[in-house]
Amino acid sequence: MRVEEFLRSSARRSPDKTAIVAAGLRPTFADIDRASDRLAATLVARGVQRGDRVVVFMENCVEAVVAIFAALKAGAVFSPVNASTKAEKLAYILDNSGAAALVTQHNLLPAVADVLADAPLLKLTIVAGGSSAPTLAGALHWQEALAAEGAPPAFAGIDIDLAMIIYTSGSTGFPKGVMMTHANIAAAAESITTYLENSAEDVILNVLPISFDYGLYQVLMAMKLGATLVLEKSFVFPQVVFEKMRSERVTGFPIVPTMAALILQMRDLKPGSFPDLRYITNTAAALPPAHIARLRELFPGVRLYSMYGMTECKRCTWLPPAELDRRPGSVGIAIPNTEAFVVDEGGRRVAPDVVGELVIRGAHVMRGYWQDPAATARALKPGPVAGEMMLHTGDLFRTDAEGFLYFVGRKDDIIKSRGEKVSPKEVENVLYALPGIREAAVVGVPDPILGMAIKAVVSLDSGSVLSRDEVVRHCARHLEDFMVPKAVEFRAALPKSENGKINRRQIAEMEMGALA
Amino acid sequence: MNSAIMIRIRGFIEENFLFREDLSGLADSDSLLENGVMDSTGILELVAFLETEFSIQMSDAEIVPDNLDSIASIASYVGRKVSTALAA
Repeated sequence: MRVEEFLRSSARRSPDKTAIVAAGLRPTFADIDRASDRLAATLVARGVQRGDRVVVFMENCVEAVVAIFAALKAGAVFSPVNASTKAEKLAYILDNSGAAALVTQHNLLPAVADVLADAPLLKLTIVAGGSSAPTLAGALHWQEALAAEGAPPAFAGIDIDLAMIIYTSGSTGFPKGVMMTHANIAAAAESITTYLENSAEDVILNVLPISFDYGLYQVLMAMKLGATLVLEKSFVFPQVVFEKMRSERVTGFPIVPTMAALILQMRDLKPGSFPDLRYITNTAAALPPAHIARLRELFPGVRLYSMYGMTECKRCTWLPPAELDRRPGSVGIAIPNTEAFVVDEGGRRVAPDVVGELVIRGAHVMRGYWQDPAATARALKPGPVAGEMMLHTGDLFRTDAEGFLYFVGRKDDIIKSRGEKVSPKEVENVLYALPGIREAAVVGVPDPILGMAIKAVVSLDSGSVLSRDEVVRHCARHLEDFMVPKAVEFRAALPKSENGKINRRQIAEMEMGALA
Repeated sequence: MNSAIMIRIRGFIEENFLFREDLSGLADSDSLLENGVMDSTGILELVAFLETEFSIQMSDAEIVPDNLDSIASIASYVGRKVSTALAA
């Protein structure tokens, strides 16, 4: 099934049901279907063709959902980009994806204006919000793009066509575009909604950015189920989100460990405050067992799902809630209709309790990294069925005697902060661009709220003077918010390996050791 | 009194958050959230600062944008809170 059919079939079944609650708007499934038809027609009329890439650079809002489905109805491939992305990285993504269209919003125009000159393939920019005339030359305002009654092409493609490219941090410092087909997304969404026992009666609350696959899938699964999605921009004020959860009678609440830490910091939250809530899901990093215990006290009767995944296959494993007491540290078993197992360096399956790399089989495994055959060859390796590719996750796991999986660590140096992947190399590249920095290494340090906080360890050119504030401000101008270092340490020199390379791992281990 | 409170709050926000962005022109009434000044951990730091600096206790129901989303709204909230504490 193609992903736009998720929306079309829900709009046929329940046209007048509220599809999304966001920023005071309550569009129905028919409204979202009609708006995305019109935008798709405009995309096609302005030259977007089957297989072209459409970058969606927006915050969590109704227009972003419309843009995603419009791109698919036009036969194009959408690529969601985090709203805190700065100009250089946006330029990189527009260039790397060869985007034909960009859909964005008024308050993000400062980043957009700087990059349009460097995106020669871009035929069209559409701007939502703000005054009716975008200040950007040649850009089309949202209202204009949706003004005319329009129908998307009758044939947009088939389900083995690409549906999205989602950029994820890579250890080289350059983001890699994970290619997902419609069939990949449909398989992942079907598997996840099966174990969550979702139905059209669910009301799902999403505060996670829809540029992040965990947030994005809340949108896609709600549209597939015909369930109402409550879309919030952030979790900065948990109290506000909680009032929305009560008034909208939310049944499903996806979180990351940072949100759990924020919830547990609240002072007046009483157990049983959410009588309609049916389940909470957690992924991106494991919840500490103490947090699991306290969440269960605060949310009695609510099923808590510990899960694990990566963008390259969306979701790998889930722990059935009934197993939580027995194995709180496990991320469970393969999601339905997929396989997850641990292998040694030679690709052979290992016995319980032996640490190896996690490998994933299933219809949800990506098609590879966009225009990066070398990285694709490292991640995807032939499986037992002719033509099949299995995903080598780069994550180290072990299983217990019953086959339940436990995360051990990553094979590379990627840091998980606030639930998002941060490439030390990407931050170091930005640090080296600051005059005065001679050496830089970026490591994660344990943080009670963020999981890991980003720390920059630097040495300066002789005669240079830089303050912590100057280093952080420079990073904030060039990196997404979650990648900006929280701490900066100045050293005379950084430790090196025998071949003279900066030994980031040694610095990271010293940081961990200092806390032990 | 309110202007003295305002100066201390602006000082804290500038020192801890504004240095990250080029937002020296942030007006007292500008939204901290909309301008990307404040995130989840920032709010926790702000609450800890207000409680220590002004010897107040904040409930969850008070940690909301009406009270905390601009320098002016924080100052006015703290002003009300401090005068209630003095009257009690």
